[in-house]
Formats: sequence, C-alpha cells, structure tokens
Amino acid sequence: MRENRVLGIIFSNMHDTMLGELTENRTTGSVPYGGRYRLIDFVLSSMVNSDITDVGIVTKQNYQSLMDHVGAGRAWDLSRKRGGLVILPPFASRGGSGIYRGRLEALRGAMGFIKHSNAKYVLLCDCDIIANIDLRGMINEHIKNGAQVTMMVKNAQVQPENLRNITTVIYDSEHNVTDILVRPDVKGSQNVYMNVMLVEKTLLERMVSEGISHDHYSLIRHAIQPSIGKLSLKAYEFTGYSHRVSGLRSYFDAHMELLSTEVRSQLFPRDLPVFTKVRDEVPVKYGLSAKVSNSLIADGCIIDGTVENCVIFRSVRVGKGAVLNNCILMQDTMVSDNTHLEYVITDKNVLVKNARTLIGCDTYPIYIAKGNTV
Amino acid sequence: MSCKKEWIAMLLAGGQGSRLYTLTKNLAKPAVPFGGKYRIIDFPLSNCVNSGIDTVGVLTQYQPLVLNEYIGNGQPWDLDRTNGGVFVLPPYQKSSGSDWYTGTANAIYQNINFIERYDPEYVLILSGDHVYKMDYEKMLGYHKEKQADCTIAVLQVPMEEASRFGIMNAYPDGTIYEFEEKPPKPKSNLASMGIYIFSWKKMKQYLEDDAKNPNSHNDFGKDILPAMLGDGQKMVAYPFEGYWKDVGTIDSLWEANMDLLDPKVPLDLYDDSWKIYARNPVMPPHFIAQGAVVQNSMVTEGCSIAGLVDFSILFSGVTVEEGATVRDSIVMPGTVIRKNAVIEYAIIAENCVIEENVVIGQRPEDAEDKDSWGVAVVGNGVRIGRGAAVAPKSMVEKDVQGVQ
Repeated sequence: MRENRVLGIIFSNMHDTMLGELTENRTTGSVPYGGRYRLIDFVLSSMVNSDITDVGIVTKQNYQSLMDHVGAGRAWDLSRKRGGLVILPPFASRGGSGIYRGRLEALRGAMGFIKHSNAKYVLLCDCDIIANIDLRGMINEHIKNGAQVTMMVKNAQVQPENLRNITTVIYDSEHNVTDILVRPDVKGSQNVYMNVMLVEKTLLERMVSEGISHDHYSLIRHAIQPSIGKLSLKAYEFTGYSHRVSGLRSYFDAHMELLSTEVRSQLFPRDLPVFTKVRDEVPVKYGLSAKVSNSLIADGCIIDGTVENCVIFRSVRVGKGAVLNNCILMQDTMVSDNTHLEYVITDKNVLVKNARTLIGCDTYPIYIAKGNTV
Repeated sequence: MSCKKEWIAMLLAGGQGSRLYTLTKNLAKPAVPFGGKYRIIDFPLSNCVNSGIDTVGVLTQYQPLVLNEYIGNGQPWDLDRTNGGVFVLPPYQKSSGSDWYTGTANAIYQNINFIERYDPEYVLILSGDHVYKMDYEKMLGYHKEKQADCTIAVLQVPMEEASRFGIMNAYPDGTIYEFEEKPPKPKSNLASMGIYIFSWKKMKQYLEDDAKNPNSHNDFGKDILPAMLGDGQKMVAYPFEGYWKDVGTIDSLWEANMDLLDPKVPLDLYDDSWKIYARNPVMPPHFIAQGAVVQNSMVTEGCSIAGLVDFSILFSGVTVEEGATVRDSIVMPGTVIRKNAVIEYAIIAENCVIEENVVIGQRPEDAEDKDSWGVAVVGNGVRIGRGAAVAPKSMVEKDVQGVQ
C-alpha cells in the first residue's frame, strides 16, 4: 500500500457560479446539505474511507466558512503529523493574482505541495457531487490497467436544463477514452464525467508545468483532450447514487431525493460513514403537538409544529401550529408559531416571524438568504 | 513536575452500580447511556470544562474498558491538553505492593502522586453517578470566601426523603456542625451531593492519617469528613439549587431520562452557554417516515422511525418499524424494534433486536398486580424472539425464544 500512495486534491470553489445565492458568501464545498453536512464532507469522507490520508483543499475566494468547517481536519481523522489535511489558499505571486480560471491554473499554486508529497498518484475531485464513493475500486482498476489517467463517469439521463457545465466521456468496450466533450449539445443517456480523476503524479506535474509555459488553464481542454490517443486514458464507471448540484432547483431536488430510504442507504452505508464537523447538539425534542412525516431531521431541533416532506438542519426551532411542507431549513432557522411555509429554502439563521405564509413551488422554491428576518 | 494548577478535579468512576443490574454487567456505571446521546460521565466532565478546570483524573476500577475507550484522549470535552487534560487512573502496582481501591478516600490516597504533580491549592472530588449542571467555579469562590478547609455541595431534599441521604446539619452561615449518614430522624434536609472541594494540604494530611487507620473504611462520607469535623476543621455547606439526580437504580435512571421530556424540570440541555459534551456518533440525521407518530419524545441522529413513539427517549441509530409502539420507554443505541412490537415502560439496552409482535412491559394502569409492577429491562445485545412477551419489572439478560 505504501508504494501506491494516493494524494487527494479537492477543488472547493469550482462550481460557485452555478449555485447563485447559496455561494454568495461561501465556497461550493461549504454549501450546507442533508441536515448536518457540507458538500465537501462527501468527497472528504470518501477519500478517508478509501485510505487517502493526505489531502489538499484548493481554495479561491470566500473560503472562511470552509476553513471554519474543516478546521484542522479532526472530524475526518486528518489532523495528523504525517500527512493529513492541508488548505491551499490562492497563491498570489509574480505573474498572477492567485485568482485562477481553471483547474490546471489552480494547480500551479499547489505545485509545491504536490511535489513535496511522496505519493505515486493524485486524485483530483470537485465538491459538487453528492455521492458516497469507495474510491478503492477506481484506484485498483487504475493500477491494474497501468493507466496514466482514469476518469470517473456516471451514466445518466442528460436534460437540456442541466447541460450547463457538464463534460461527457466516450469510451470503448475496453474503457479506453476515445473522446471528451465539454458542454456538448447532447441529451439522453450519456456518460457524464464526475469531476473525479486519478492521474500519475509525475504526469500531472508535467501537465501543470507545460500549462504554465503555454498560459493554459483548463485541465480538461488544455491537458487531457489533446492527450486522447497519446496517453493511456481510461474511464471508470460509478454505478451508485449520485447527484450533481447544478443550481438552486437541483439543490432542492437533491434534498427531496434524500427522503427515499434507498437513496439514504446508498449515501450513508454503515461501513462508509460520512464525517462532518461536530456541533455537540442535543437530540431532537418533539413536543406534544408535533406532527412529523416523511422528513429528515438533524440533532438540536425543537419541533412543536407540523413538518411534512422536509429536511431540517441542526438547531432549528419549529413553533406550535406552524406548518411546513417540502421545505429545507438550514441550521438555526427559527420558525415561529402558526407560520405556514411551502417549498421554501431558508439559509442559516433565518427568522420567520408573525405567523407569515410563504409558498413557493417545486420548480421554483423560495430562497431566503442567511441571517434574514421575514 | 508539571505546571502548577490552582485546582484539579478527581472523578470517582470505579463504582459498579450493582443496582442497575444487567445494564452495568459489562460497563461501569458512569458509562451508562443517558439522555439520547450522553453517558452519565459526560455531565461531570462537561461541568468541569465549563467551570474552567483543565485537569481531571478519572478513577476507574470496575469494568473500565468501555469507559476508557469512551474517554479516550478527552477530545470531545476539549480535555486533550498539552499541559493537563483528562487521565484515566486505574489502580496500579507500586514498589510497596499493589491494591485495589478499597474505598473512595483510598482511591484518592493511592493517587496522591498524580495530584502532587500539579501542586494544586484545591482539589475537587466528584462522582460519576449523577446527572446535573453545576458551575464548580462558584463553589470554589464560596470555599475561598468562607476560608474553608472543606466545602460540601448540598441540595435541599424533601424532608421525608432525607433519611436516604448523607445529611449535613449546618448553622445559618453554612458552617457544618454535624454530619449524619442516612439518619432515621433527620434534623435538616441538606443532602450531600457527593461533590467536595478540599484545600489540598489539609486533605492530604487526612488521607495519610486515614490510610494508617486499619479500622477505616477509607471512605469520604464515613471516615474523612467525620474525622475532619471531629478535629474542628472549617467545613461549610454550599447550597446548590437546580436539578440533580442520582441515577443509581433502574427506576431513577428511567425517571431521570423522562425528566428531560418534562418542560418543568430545570435541566436545560439546549443552553448553549453550558453545553454537555459527548463523543458524537457519526450518523446521518434521523428519518421519520410517512405514517409515523412521534410526540413528546427525544430522538437522536441515525434513527429511523415508522411506528409510534410517545414519551420516549431514542438513542442514536434506533429503528422503529411500521406498526410498532414505543411508549414511556428508553431505547439505547443501535436497537431494532420490528413491526407491531409493543414496548411500554421499559429500558432496552444497546444493540438489541426486538422481533415482530413482541410485547415488553406494561403501563402501570393496565397491570393486574400493581405491587409487582415496574420498569422492564432488556440487557445489551439481547434478541427477543417473535411474539414473545417480557413482563413488567423483569430483567432479561439472555436471548428469548420466539413463540408461535
């Protein structure tokens, strides 16, 4: 195992613009999800569960919430003397402000960290995919095939509205990649790239240094696409549950999918736990007038109202007579007595007072930004 | 020599808790699960940290494995310190021989070297059997203000119950003039809470004298406190107001858990300024299915509920299947309750499987024989077979076969 060490690199900011208001003050990686998690927890836990214990997180902007969340990495058992978690802030130097345009350029700032590692492979991941992946399968395949680059794909139905920002991969029966299409005009069943890539470390170092000399910034367009047919490029198919968060609506849908027992059993299997920052919350207290159905509820809440088809984050208060349908209430939201909410997403620390009624719809949920009072 | 500390705490956690029977068969009483996600020891440990104590010695003896693992390096309580922190102190072999801890005072006596490493002015003695929130720093302030040699925290208990406790008879200024252990005719209702602050120099002297006395029980309540009082040392009672409960019996454990559901009980776990810390399970939020009914209950992460839960406390990772009923009960981590099982007035320990149509316990109002009614208990890892019945007040330690 020692000679086949894998270094994990996570891009925390890669899809910020897709998520609109959710990422106004935070990175994609620190977007709250699923009652008690942040998006980065899934990829970070997948890495730890797959014995990857050297992890660098590449940041760009608004990463204060991310730093606060991951801390020294203790919740993931990554607070180590040897290896562990390292945050790689943007690296402003001559020839750059530190604000990068793509993954290849982002890696310039992380080159020192990567070169210093004694790993043989580097695993590059984004934070926009909600999935619990046992990466050992892909790593073993990569080593067995003697591949230089392995891209993880997921066969999915592509709808025109979630076409933005996807990359599809075409490969033969031997899993050799024959073409890669960035933002293609396609629909129907496609092999969508999951933004998870395993690459030989020395090859990655070469790609980044060549990228610098040509002022190239996109890993896929400038480094991988031109290598088709030249390098041993393989595709690895992931078949479990995954959801790519591509916007507010998709964010809402991802939560509603969590109410399925099947989805939860794939996302939270006993042997691959999803770790997150500990908040030392009290168990949930349900009052005498509480009515709860088909909902996922995190610790620290006090619920006295009616809650149906909702995902409720930590330390939320739902007052007596309040009725919630198809809502996502983030941490520390207070819903006062007799309030009525449908299809509403409240960000952290939102207060809904005076028995207000707010009704959105499934295709356009209402979003209330962090710290607001209604 | 470690860095000097003004005060440190010594937590007596060696008790067997024999009156909890099967619940403490394989673990010490302070490690018994409580309140949905805690263990009893979380309360004194969190009180210590919240009171500014950063060095705690935990004295263990009986079945320490679960407790050792639980405390670990003390990180959940912020007690993983470079200087100080939490230490598990089992009895150990010395050049003069080795002994089990023969009593509470002897346990401290055997660890005089540990205490001296920190050269403290004051030592706080705690027990790991009680559920309460208390600011020990205020008590230390009182100890200093009264220039006491020993301060004992006391709680006013109902006069009719006073004969169950160690009773302190004190003057209005707090000075104790008499100490009675479980008096048949109590003169006051100030019960000792088992929380003492000693000025260390005095305490050390009494511990050493006590160790030389072959007739001593080596116990704080029976020997040290009476000896100090007899010598005219300044001993004061520190009045505590608030919730405090000894959870030493099945009934009191059940009651203390149920107290968490009573809005009138002054034990607020949701107070951010005095959090109770615990080792957290790594589990997703709990799920309540369509058709489930959950009222007046506490439910922890990792649970999955499709049945009826009323006036109950569910620990992490408990499953309650469709049609099952859990009422007035405590269900500890990882237990599965299958379809149409009925559980009333019961404590179900960790990782049990309660098969379909099982009936456990009974409501007191339904019991034919009220005198023999009590809370039913199912021990750790027990499987109750399909359709079997567990009578009220019974104690199940082994698997029960199903019935047709």
